Amino acid sequence: MSRFAGSRSFPARRSWRVAAVAAALTVTAAACSTTPAGDSSSGASTAPGALKPVTLQLQWFTQGQFAGYIAAADQGFYREQGLDVTFKEGGVDIVPQTVLAQGQADYAIAWVPKALASREQGAAITDVAQVFQRSGTRQVSFATENITAAAELKGKKVGNWGFGNEFELFAGMTDAGIKPATDVTLVQQQFDMQALLSGEIDAAQAMSYNEYAQVLEATNPATGQLYQPGDFSMIDWNDDGTAMLQDAIWASTDKLSDPAYQDQTTKFVAASLKGWAYCRDNAASCRDIVVKAGSKLGASHQLWQVNEVNKLIWPSPAAGVGTIDQAAWDQTVKVARTAVNADGQTVLTKDPDPQAYTNDYVTKAVEILKGQGVDVVGTNYQPETVTLNPGGN
Amino acid sequence: MRSRARTVLTTAAAFVLLVAAWELAKLVLPAAGVTVGGVRLLPRTDDAAMPHVWTVLAKLGAPEVAGAADPRSIGVAVASGALFTLGLALGGLVLGGIGGVLLALLMQRFALAERAVLPYVIASQTVPLIAIAPLVAGWGGKIAIAGWAWQPWASVMVIASYLAFFPISVGMLRGLSSPPKADVELFHSMASGWWTTLLRLRLPASVPHLVPAVRLAAAAAVVGAIVAEISTGTRGGIGRLIIEYAQSATGDPSQMYAAILGAAVLGLVAAGAVGLLDLGLRRYRGTVS
Repeated sequence: MSRFAGSRSFPARRSWRVAAVAAALTVTAAACSTTPAGDSSSGASTAPGALKPVTLQLQWFTQGQFAGYIAAADQGFYREQGLDVTFKEGGVDIVPQTVLAQGQADYAIAWVPKALASREQGAAITDVAQVFQRSGTRQVSFATENITAAAELKGKKVGNWGFGNEFELFAGMTDAGIKPATDVTLVQQQFDMQALLSGEIDAAQAMSYNEYAQVLEATNPATGQLYQPGDFSMIDWNDDGTAMLQDAIWASTDKLSDPAYQDQTTKFVAASLKGWAYCRDNAASCRDIVVKAGSKLGASHQLWQVNEVNKLIWPSPAAGVGTIDQAAWDQTVKVARTAVNADGQTVLTKDPDPQAYTNDYVTKAVEILKGQGVDVVGTNYQPETVTLNPGGN
Repeated sequence: MRSRARTVLTTAAAFVLLVAAWELAKLVLPAAGVTVGGVRLLPRTDDAAMPHVWTVLAKLGAPEVAGAADPRSIGVAVASGALFTLGLALGGLVLGGIGGVLLALLMQRFALAERAVLPYVIASQTVPLIAIAPLVAGWGGKIAIAGWAWQPWASVMVIASYLAFFPISVGMLRGLSSPPKADVELFHSMASGWWTTLLRLRLPASVPHLVPAVRLAAAAAVVGAIVAEISTGTRGGIGRLIIEYAQSATGDPSQMYAAILGAAVLGLVAAGAVGLLDLGLRRYRGTVS
């Protein structure tokens, strides 16, 4: 009966054990501590010459959409401004403007309407540079469907991503006299475009720089070749007047009252915009930089993406790249206040306050770049013609 | 030994059957799937939706990203991703195991604690994972433990442990309460304290209840780690790979299926690891009447 050996209790030893456990718990509790708020950005003063660590929250995976920032890091433009920038990749549940508002990143890339919606709910963030001047959202369909304007969506199966990505589409349909709730069949879209190719969706939402390219990287079973641009037609919301501003650099509104953060913001914007100017003039190099940074879609897809994103940025307003254009901003706010989605909601219930955007930092940043001889408008920009390979490789 | 061989054989047969069913579905069912009155009953079976098994396997040897800095095959990428996730899942299992066992001890020791805590333990599992994941991920950069700053992968591990602790605490509590009254009273009559009764009677008696609970917990930890990786955007694991590969599913879904295959193998490995635990605790098997 060895199981019962030593079954006598030892009160003294027991109390020793209790004390040990209590001590262990105390140590654990003492070891767990909360770091002081804002430690990551406004922390200890850096030694002269040392780089200031800065984190940027991206909206999605490493890809050409963020080529300018990745190139600015790769080409040393951030270092030039005394910054050491690390990127936080996006994901399915990651809301960049929330990450920024919670102080887990110093800057974030986010679409204007979605960021303004977060702002209305209390996220203290400010648009400090409007990198994309035009919207990349398209509604893509097979050319045989003859859907070239919003009015022709009537009676069709219309795909949309939801989660605040759908308002241009809904505004476009409403303007064309279509009631989204009754006149079309709304279909929730996945990340990929299979539903369009298999006919489950007649007109699918797509970003010109990503999902549209994925369609062109797929094989057309009828020909055995890749699908061609001529196989599709698309609605461009920029032509429709319901486009909304997309990728912008957002900063923390509260921290912008700190002169050190103000200065850092100017430098960060300047280096980022220099990265975008570099990608305008060296698309192929930016493709390689993005692939090297760990993109999972291949080289031809990234070149397509850099090229399409360039079209959204260049040529820039006369005041310089990244400047927030009042008319485009007002149109974004107007659509955000009036367009009603499938759930009967608008993006915003009231106009954003004046602190929602500022051109202060981008104006200074553009001056820095002009001083370095960088072309900040890109009047003569000409997009390339990119050939996509199967699967984007 | 014969029973071991039979297990291996059955497993292999089940796998072959699964592959055969997949290919048969592709062969027999209409490519557009089966839809009745607008409700889809069976999925599409064309190559764009269900690639051939051999296409998926062949994909494992293809390079992951053409022109990448370190060219590696999809197979290597999937394997290293699965290993990374396995580490996080096992870490979560250990964390959840410790938490679950401590909770069970507390509930066994104090009836009041059982009445107070058990409903919350059960309620904790009805909170959707995708609601907790961003919350836990939000700790990143805000918490430091003994000077060690919170890392993104730690969030994944905590979320995995959140799923793993439940079956262990419930199974352990049941196991600890399983000795018959006569045994407990025998210990009592021999003036054994709570600690001795626990060590000599309750813990050995809990093993047959604990092992299946750990097996459940291991599976839950793997699922938790994968979902948490997707949700929090933690790089390096198989969950993130599935989402990243899903982007290229428009033209060719076989790459995504290769990652899903990796996730399935990962689940099997985790279950196998628990089997080892079972072997180690074999001497306590059947001590409960």
